[in-house]
Amino acid sequence: MIRGSRSIQIIGAGHNGLVCAAYLARAGHQVTVFEASSQVGGAAITREFAPGFKVSAAAHLVYMLDPGIEKELDLASHGLEYARTGLQTISLSEAGDHVRFNGDDVDGVSEGDREAMREYRRKMQHFAGIIGGLHNRVPARLGTTDRPDLLELARLAFNIRRLGKNDMREFLRIAGINIYDVLQELFENDALKGALGLDGTLGTMLGTRSNNSVFCALHRYSNGGRYQLPKGGMGTVSNALANAARAFGAEIHTARPVNRILMDFDRATGVELQSGEQIEADLVVSGADPKTTFLKLLGAQNLEAGFAHKISNIRTRGNVAKLHLALGSVPDFTGLDPALSAERLVIAPSLQYVEQAFNHAKYGEHSRRPVMEISIPTLDDPGLAPAGKHVLSANVQWAPRELKGGWSAAHEAFTESVMNTLERFAPGICSQVMHRELLTPQDIESEFRIEGGHWHHAELALDQSMMMRPVPGTAQYKTPVDGLWICGAGCHPGGGVMGSAGRNAARAIIERSGT
Amino acid sequence: MRTVHYHSREHYRDKVFPGPFYSRQKALNVNREWSRWYDYLSVPAYSCSTTEYFAGRNACAVFDLTPMTKHRIGGPDALPFLNRLVTRDVARIKPGRVGYAVWCNDEGQVIDDGTIFHLREGDYRLCSQEHQIDWLMINALGFDVTIVEDTHDVAGLAVQGPTSCAVLKRMGLAGVENITPFGIDFFDFEGTELTVSRTGYTGDLGYELWIDPGHAEILWDRVFEAGELHNIRPMGSDALEMLRIEAGFILAAEDFMPAMQTVRPSHTRSPFELGLGWLVDFNKPLFNGRKALLTEKENGSRYALVKLDIEDNKPANHSYVFDMKEKNIGWVTSAMWSPSAKKNIALATVEAPHGKVGEEMQVEIYYQRELKWSRIMARAKVVKDAFWDPPRRRQTPPADY
Repeated sequence: MIRGSRSIQIIGAGHNGLVCAAYLARAGHQVTVFEASSQVGGAAITREFAPGFKVSAAAHLVYMLDPGIEKELDLASHGLEYARTGLQTISLSEAGDHVRFNGDDVDGVSEGDREAMREYRRKMQHFAGIIGGLHNRVPARLGTTDRPDLLELARLAFNIRRLGKNDMREFLRIAGINIYDVLQELFENDALKGALGLDGTLGTMLGTRSNNSVFCALHRYSNGGRYQLPKGGMGTVSNALANAARAFGAEIHTARPVNRILMDFDRATGVELQSGEQIEADLVVSGADPKTTFLKLLGAQNLEAGFAHKISNIRTRGNVAKLHLALGSVPDFTGLDPALSAERLVIAPSLQYVEQAFNHAKYGEHSRRPVMEISIPTLDDPGLAPAGKHVLSANVQWAPRELKGGWSAAHEAFTESVMNTLERFAPGICSQVMHRELLTPQDIESEFRIEGGHWHHAELALDQSMMMRPVPGTAQYKTPVDGLWICGAGCHPGGGVMGSAGRNAARAIIERSGT
Repeated sequence: MRTVHYHSREHYRDKVFPGPFYSRQKALNVNREWSRWYDYLSVPAYSCSTTEYFAGRNACAVFDLTPMTKHRIGGPDALPFLNRLVTRDVARIKPGRVGYAVWCNDEGQVIDDGTIFHLREGDYRLCSQEHQIDWLMINALGFDVTIVEDTHDVAGLAVQGPTSCAVLKRMGLAGVENITPFGIDFFDFEGTELTVSRTGYTGDLGYELWIDPGHAEILWDRVFEAGELHNIRPMGSDALEMLRIEAGFILAAEDFMPAMQTVRPSHTRSPFELGLGWLVDFNKPLFNGRKALLTEKENGSRYALVKLDIEDNKPANHSYVFDMKEKNIGWVTSAMWSPSAKKNIALATVEAPHGKVGEEMQVEIYYQRELKWSRIMARAKVVKDAFWDPPRRRQTPPADY
């Protein structure tokens, strides 16, 4: 045991919990992780959904994982391998006039749109760089005179100013507005606009015409925006993280759900497991979402009222359903070269279509013609299904967590809407289906223990970002309760399987937890 | 009983309405002047505020406190709820007792002060100066409590002054003299329950009577019948204001800004800055503002609320306070010539580190005589105790005056 080493418990072996565990263990602390599920990974897992068919059960593509974490924890040596990297995006059209793009390279549009794409990409990459540059930094506290906080604020201001006059003006103009307006200014092609607009809304309760949708797209592009398919599904990423953490000495216990956080007078002192076992530690770090951490595991009675109120008001309305299909053969998308079926396929044929799909969600209904982000991983990674068979994995929007009339009544009807939508783009797909599974946000909430079933644990929006994430007063991963820290996606910089929240939390604990 | 229908389209027409004692107040209100106290009409002075003040100090004065915001708090978690809400230890307020309390936001800044009545085991009444229901509901998250604002369902009548106990005894409230300061008792009265607490806002012997509004008028009549020989008088809010300043009691929105109504962060006050540190109990593991107040206790406060004994006899209303080197260090929030203490008194806010008991200061007093303005710099001294604190306030049973 090194000097200053402390016993630290981490609640939840989601990817952020694992990253945090790895870095804390690497720094010499005695780290114990308690995971409720029987496998590590949280919402980044691979599991069987039909006999012989495996799928990434929630997150299904890697596009935000921090390259620094990959390198520092040497995930490759711990088993992380990609079946393919640099997936293209194909915006499907019913008629077969698909638009294909990857970076600046765009196919199926006019010369004007090609030029517009170059300008759009340049701008968005530039702005996303500002957001990305903040990922690995502990946000500044507001209203303090502490030097590190003031320096951090100055750094943010400097980075925005450094964009130059025109780009700074443009950044300030678009960062808070909606992506619909921005795309309409630049592009002609409906399918291209639809797919780019979708990037501003995926995983959130936002339509393309909602404020913050540009910010959401920037978040998505902030680590380069390259789509990668891990070999063996998302579980491979989590297993590699767990292996890294174990290699540094962390203990990881699965199937040991935490019941509550223990308090002694005014300090968190450990956890009580569902088995009733109470285990003490110097520090407790929660990777669970803020509402679960503070209102369920700790309890509002252990918090000051203003803080508890802020936590209860975090927007956590999940909106994405997850579709898993076991297919007898590769689906045939109208007009699509079969070789391209393995790319990232999106059903978002126009901004109008996306917005109309969102309209239902505003009123507590599911979309009648949903938007989708589809991956058929078995084309690159055949091990996920029996020989010759395939798996289709899709994020489907919008499926609000709080559905009018409840999900049990609507589950079947929504699944039919989803299948009918797919059938229009890939005629015959329904007859290829051997098994299907549709996880509503309610299912995601209960399977992955995420309040609201929200990808990001807390809506990704400017008012819930940086020093305001999850709420002011706990954005530095330290909570108002001594001995309790948080490290999940509800913290800066958010979710999307990036791991930065976990690493920042570990850094903050190492630097600021005192004695 | 009259209920406010906030959802009615016509609510603004009867936003301020006569209280349950209105018919009696109207008959006695010689001045025909009314003021507004939240939802109710209130009387500033029935005839002469000085006479009413003296009734409160030398005989018996009756004040309608129905408009004061009242809440009923119950349920299994009522005690932990209140203990997290206020800074003092509510477990020490036993059934049948009343406690003065102050509550803060997370930043340790005072939202309001008030009294907690522990009526019966686990059944509390919280009285506050300001409307608090929003804050109470926010506080209810995670607690199994029932919270009702019942301002309109409870009529309140303060009976204050040296002869108040004799009046209540003559009224037939057997044993009322045995109620100790901050005690509560219940009496059968005209087929309903009359709650009597030995509390008040005058710093003197006095009681507060609580009853359902339907029995308000008969209660008033009985009190005044019994009080005839004890020189009973109705009292308006102007006289009460004098009584409470003499007693050294602070008033929200006058001596401090309630945190919820304050825009500028430096204009709020902590309990320490209001001289209410004795209400802060750090032995409780948690209450709203605890962390911030611990930090303040360590690093020091920004302000102090002081009682000033001022030379000269001109009331120091709205005056600036200076140190002996003429440096501006604060301002007066409440002031008066105290007829009972025979002193020129004031409550003032001064910047730290000023405000130690015995410290000498100066007060700049502007006063007017037949329209002509004059100004004096009067010497003042910080005093520790209330300007009026007679032994009869604590005596049980009180002497028969």
